Amino acid sequence: MTGLGSFLRQLARDIRSQTLRTFLTTFGIIWGTVAVALLLAFGEGLHRQQIKSFAGLGDHIVIAWPARTSLPFQGLGKGRAIQLDEADIDFVKANVENIDAISTEYSRNLRLRLGDQGRGVEVSGVSPVFGELRSMVPAAGGRFIDPIDMEQRRRVAFIGDQLATELFGDADPVGREVVLHGSPFTIVGVMVAKEQDSSYSGRDHSKLIVPSTTFRAITGQRYIDNFIYRATDPKLNKQVSSQIIAALGERKRFDPADSEAVSIWDTTEMFVFFDNFMLAFKIFLGIMGALTLVVGGIGVSNIMNVVVEERTREIGIKMALGARGSSILAQFVLETMVLTAVGGAIGLAISWAICSAVPAAGVTRFVGTPVLSPQLALLTAGILGLVGLVAGYFPAREASRLDPVIAMKL
Amino acid sequence: MNWPIKRRNGNGSSSNGHIIEMAGITKVYDTGKIKVEALRGIDLRVGKGEFVAVVGPSGSGKSTLLNLVGCLDTPSDGEYRLGGEAVAGLDRDQLADVRNRRVGFVFQNFNLLPQLTALENVEMPLMFGGVGRRERRRRALGQLEQVGLADRVEHRPTELSGGQMQRVAIARALAMEPDIILADEPTGNLDTGSGSDVMSLLGALSEQGRTLVVVTHDQHLARRAHRVVEIRDGVIVNDAPAGR
Ligand SMILES: Nc1ncnc2c1ncn2[C@@H]1O[C@H](COP(=O)(O)OP(=O)(O)OP(=O)(O)O)[C@@H](O)[C@H]1O
Ligand SMILES: [Mg+2]
Repeated sequence: MTGLGSFLRQLARDIRSQTLRTFLTTFGIIWGTVAVALLLAFGEGLHRQQIKSFAGLGDHIVIAWPARTSLPFQGLGKGRAIQLDEADIDFVKANVENIDAISTEYSRNLRLRLGDQGRGVEVSGVSPVFGELRSMVPAAGGRFIDPIDMEQRRRVAFIGDQLATELFGDADPVGREVVLHGSPFTIVGVMVAKEQDSSYSGRDHSKLIVPSTTFRAITGQRYIDNFIYRATDPKLNKQVSSQIIAALGERKRFDPADSEAVSIWDTTEMFVFFDNFMLAFKIFLGIMGALTLVVGGIGVSNIMNVVVEERTREIGIKMALGARGSSILAQFVLETMVLTAVGGAIGLAISWAICSAVPAAGVTRFVGTPVLSPQLALLTAGILGLVGLVAGYFPAREASRLDPVIAMKL
Repeated sequence: MNWPIKRRNGNGSSSNGHIIEMAGITKVYDTGKIKVEALRGIDLRVGKGEFVAVVGPSGSGKSTLLNLVGCLDTPSDGEYRLGGEAVAGLDRDQLADVRNRRVGFVFQNFNLLPQLTALENVEMPLMFGGVGRRERRRRALGQLEQVGLADRVEHRPTELSGGQMQRVAIARALAMEPDIILADEPTGNLDTGSGSDVMSLLGALSEQGRTLVVVTHDQHLARRAHRVVEIRDGVIVNDAPAGR
C-alpha cells in the first residue's frame, strides 16, 4: 500500500485545488459546531447564573417569622401574638432532629455615626452560623461573627460590601470603628459582593451584621424577629419545619395546624420550581441542538454528495491508472476526517472567543457567563464529520465500483 | 507481416505468442429506451510487440473496443484473455492491478489531473503500484525526460500545450513499464506539429518492442503501424498489414 505521507500530500493538493468545496464542507462543520456549542454554553451559563442568584439569599434555607395565631387553641382565642426568644429556639434545637444549622435574627434600623456624619442602617443581630446559611462570605483579610464574639458580647460588626463603599470609599474598613446606637463597634469583615435576587429585610450588601448577644445588650430587645435554619438534607426541610412548628406549638400553646402562628418560607420550594424550569429549558436547548445538528448534517451531506459527483471523473481516471477502490476510499475518508478536525477546531475557537467576549461586554448579569463544553463541541464536530463521511462514503464507493470509462464520462 | 526488430522479453503471453486474444466480444449499451450494439462479435488477436492501428468511421466502436482491451470496461459477452489470462475471472482489485501493471492508456483528451504537476501526474500510477517515494520520483523524471519534458516537470496541465499534455500522458502510461500501450486518438486534439511529435514517440515505443494498439483517424499514424484493423458498425471488416 502507499504510505500515509503520500496520502497527506495528495490531500494537501486536493484541498488547495478545490478551495470552494473545502471551504463549504469546513464551513458547514464550523457553523454546526459553533451553533450547538454556543447554545449549550449559554444555557449552562444562564443556569449557573440563576443558581448563584438564588443561593445569594441562602442555600436551601428556611426562614420563619413568629406572627399571630389564626386558630383558637385550648381555650385561647385566635389573633394572639406569638413571641419567641433565645430560650424557645434553644428548646427547638434540643427537641428537633436533623437540624443542620439554626440562627436567630434580630433586625432594627439603628443610628450609625462615623466621624461627623450620621445615618440610619439596617442592623441584624445573628449567630455565627448565619453567615454560612445566608451565603455571606468575608472578603480576604476579614471574618464573620465568631462564637467568642457571641460569648463575650463583643462590639464587632460585619459589613455589607455596598455599605462599606458608601462609608469608607476604597479604604479597607476592617479594623475601623463606627458608633452604632451610641456604642463603638469595630468592623471585622466585609462581605464579598454576591448575586441576590430575593430578600426579606433589605439587601445584604447594605446591612451591618452584629452578634445577637451584643444586639440584645445594646437595644434591650428580647424577642427575635425571625429565625433561619437548614435541615441536614434539603429533602428533610419540610419535615424539620413541621417538627419545629409542633415543638413551638406545644411550648407556646398554639395549634400545630395553624399555618400563621409562625410563618414559614422554605426557599427549597423555589429551588424545586427552578430545577423544573431549568430541566424544561435544557430539554428545549437539547432539541434545538439536535435540530441544528440535523440541519447542519443535511448541509454537510449535500456538499459531500456534490463533491463525490464532481470527483467521479477524477476517481475514474485514477482507476484507469490502476488505483484500487480501497485506496480511493481511504483518501476520501482521510480528507473528510481532516476537514472535520479543522472545522471542529475552528468552530471551537470561535465559540470560545464568543464566550470570552461575554464577560468583557459586561452582560453576565443578564445571561450569565457562558460555560463552553469542549467535549460537546468536539462531539458535535464529530457527528457532523460522521454524517459527511457517511454521506460521501457510499457515493464514493459506488463510483469506485464503476467501470473506469463510465466514471470518467460522468 | 512486419515483425518488430527487437522483442521485449517478458512473460504473460499465451503459448501461441498472442498477448491479446478476443473471441466473440460484444458490447451492448442499454440506456433504458434504446439498446446500442457498439460491438457485435469481435475476434482479435494481437501478438507481443505488434503495433496495431484501429481505424473506422465515427461511432463504429473503436473506443469501445480499446476500452475493453484496457480493462476500463467490461464486455457484454465473449471471451477476452490478456496475457493468457481470462479477464472475466478477475476481481476488482486484480483488475486494478492489471490496469496498473500491464497496460498504459493514452486518451484523446489527455485525462490529466488538473491539480497535479506534470511530475505528480506521472507519479500517479507508480503510487498506485506501491512504488516508494524516491524511486517513484526517479522513474517519473526519467519518463518525462524520455518524452522531452525534463524542463516542464513542475508545470500544471493548464500551463502546458496540448502536445506537451499528451506527452505527459504518454510518460504516465509508460511509468509502470507496461507491455501494452493503448492510445485512443492520441493526436486527435493536436495540431500537425505536436501530432507528429507524438507519432514519433509512439513509433519509437514500438521499436523498443512494446505492444501498441492505437485508434486513429490519422493516415500518417496508421501507416506507421504493422497492421491496420478496420471497424464498421461494431464488426471488424478488414484486418491487414499496413501498406508502407
Ligand atoms: N456510454 C455509452 N452509452 C450508450 N451508448 C454509447 C456509450 N458509449 C458509446 N456508445 C455508442 O456506442 C457506439 C460506439 O461508440 P465509440 O465511442 O466506440 O465509437 P468510436 O468509433 O470511438 O467513435 P469516434 O471515432 O467518434 O470516437 C456509438 O454508437 C456510441 O453512440
Ligand atoms: Mg472514439
